[in-house]
Amino acid sequence: MATPAVELVDVRKTFGHLEALRGVSLRIEQGEIVAILGPNGAGKTTCINLMLGLRRPTAGTARLFGLSPEDRRARSRCGVMLQESGLLGQLRVRELVDLFGSYYPHPMTPEKAIAIAGLQDQSKMQASKLSGGQRQRLYFALAVCGDPAAIFLDEPTVGMDVEARRAFLDVIREFAESGKTIVLTTHYLEEADELAERIVVFDQGRVIADASPSEIKSQVAGKRVSFATATPVQEAYLAGLNLVSMEREADRVRILTSTPEEVLWRLHQCGVEIHDLEVTGVNLEDAFVSLTSHRARMAT
Amino acid sequence: MSITELRLDVAPLPYVMWKQTRAQLLNSLRIPAFSLTTVFLPIMFFAFFGLPYVHQTIDHTNITIGPYMMASFGAYAVSSAMVFNFGIGVAMARGQKMDLLQRATPLPSGVAIAATVVNAMLFALFSLIALFVFASIAGGIRLPIETWLTLTFRLLVGAVPLIGLGMAIGYAAGPNSAPAVTNLIYLPMSFASGLFIPVAQLPTIIQKVAPYLPTYHYGQIAWNAVGAPTESMESAVVWLTIWTVLLFGLAVRFIRLDQSRKFS
Repeated sequence: MATPAVELVDVRKTFGHLEALRGVSLRIEQGEIVAILGPNGAGKTTCINLMLGLRRPTAGTARLFGLSPEDRRARSRCGVMLQESGLLGQLRVRELVDLFGSYYPHPMTPEKAIAIAGLQDQSKMQASKLSGGQRQRLYFALAVCGDPAAIFLDEPTVGMDVEARRAFLDVIREFAESGKTIVLTTHYLEEADELAERIVVFDQGRVIADASPSEIKSQVAGKRVSFATATPVQEAYLAGLNLVSMEREADRVRILTSTPEEVLWRLHQCGVEIHDLEVTGVNLEDAFVSLTSHRARMAT
Repeated sequence: MSITELRLDVAPLPYVMWKQTRAQLLNSLRIPAFSLTTVFLPIMFFAFFGLPYVHQTIDHTNITIGPYMMASFGAYAVSSAMVFNFGIGVAMARGQKMDLLQRATPLPSGVAIAATVVNAMLFALFSLIALFVFASIAGGIRLPIETWLTLTFRLLVGAVPLIGLGMAIGYAAGPNSAPAVTNLIYLPMSFASGLFIPVAQLPTIIQKVAPYLPTYHYGQIAWNAVGAPTESMESAVVWLTIWTVLLFGLAVRFIRLDQSRKFS
């Protein structure tokens, strides 16, 4: 069997009193496209930092291509895009891509990396003058320019507007077809659903699900009930019913439940006037909420 | 799992070193506020403090002021290139989290530091050449070719302890406080060491402190090259070696502290 790209064995990481990871075992094979999904503070970034040797585990072991993640040979097979990082800002896009390529044994030409990231028009621009979305594209170009076997993207579309995100996802998807290993963290569910063939869901430092997007969705049977109402819906109205979550946003209420009929009947009984009702099947977002809803879940 | 199966290899280090040095140099050259101050400040100081008296001698000695002050401001030029490049440069790079992405790439951190040293040396060399050219044209200073070369060599090599000082500041101070901290330490120190005004003309109390400062002994190896020493070369070299060990020891402590905060 081929060496896995990433192997974490019972990894724990504490920062002072904070337990960022509480025993994570994860094996990512070469060629897999994996999304690490979870709310803020779930341990996603810590996990990717451990994979890359940017942090050392408090307990357990991390291997990158069968080597220590701090080994230069292992790093030479990885391209990385981090959430917060600076560059030599006075250098132009092409100069930076050329520089980063030189760190790797078999880089692609800077032009190719720039084309993959869709930055042809900005290749002569100074990095410090790029817009937020262009900057993310530059980081992507820097991640792929060494033609690495695996790329790690930590929240690659964070801070992008909808359009830039869409375009950037297309860039990643196109790259994914080249058979490279891709590990990305995200808290955008659609991103994970669209890009990955495997989703690892993190919550509070643990892996709470690890499956394909469709399997994750199927773990939550039920419906999403969504309606508008002028009457405040009190949680007590729905006591005893099987609710996964309930969210209120202005006058709109969204309930995730395995018993939508009972919920609607109870609401009717309590005199809640319902407008604009929608009952739909679960999407990945619902599944995610259900998997991580320990805090939001109704006590009853 | 066998090694052949992995077929791992890495980019050749000399090539990476060349690319990194070139990129950093290009980046610095494009910050005119930085590159111009490094080159013009020493020339300006020499024009103010040395040029009017270039052919006179220092009181009660037969030392000509021109070459003496040129050596002083040469020492100032190189040491400030080192201290500021490392002090402020490293603190800013840390503030912008430049070290983070770099750490995740296959670029060895030793190469990045070595490239910074080479860059600081190149900047120092530029500013020295500019100062020497100015001093010989505007001040009519004529020295044997060996003297020019000895002076340049000593100023570059003797500045090593000041790289340690710069690194210690760069890893200890934040990006906003680094310029202030650097100036607060470096300016009084170079003044008290006689780089602006000869030590003999400084207040007695400062004259007593001067022989303990690294920049004083650094100045001595430069004044020695133009024939105006007040300390033997051996003594100056010993002092500079002690300071190198102390300042690099301090720098390594701060680097480890910074790294363990971020990467452990």
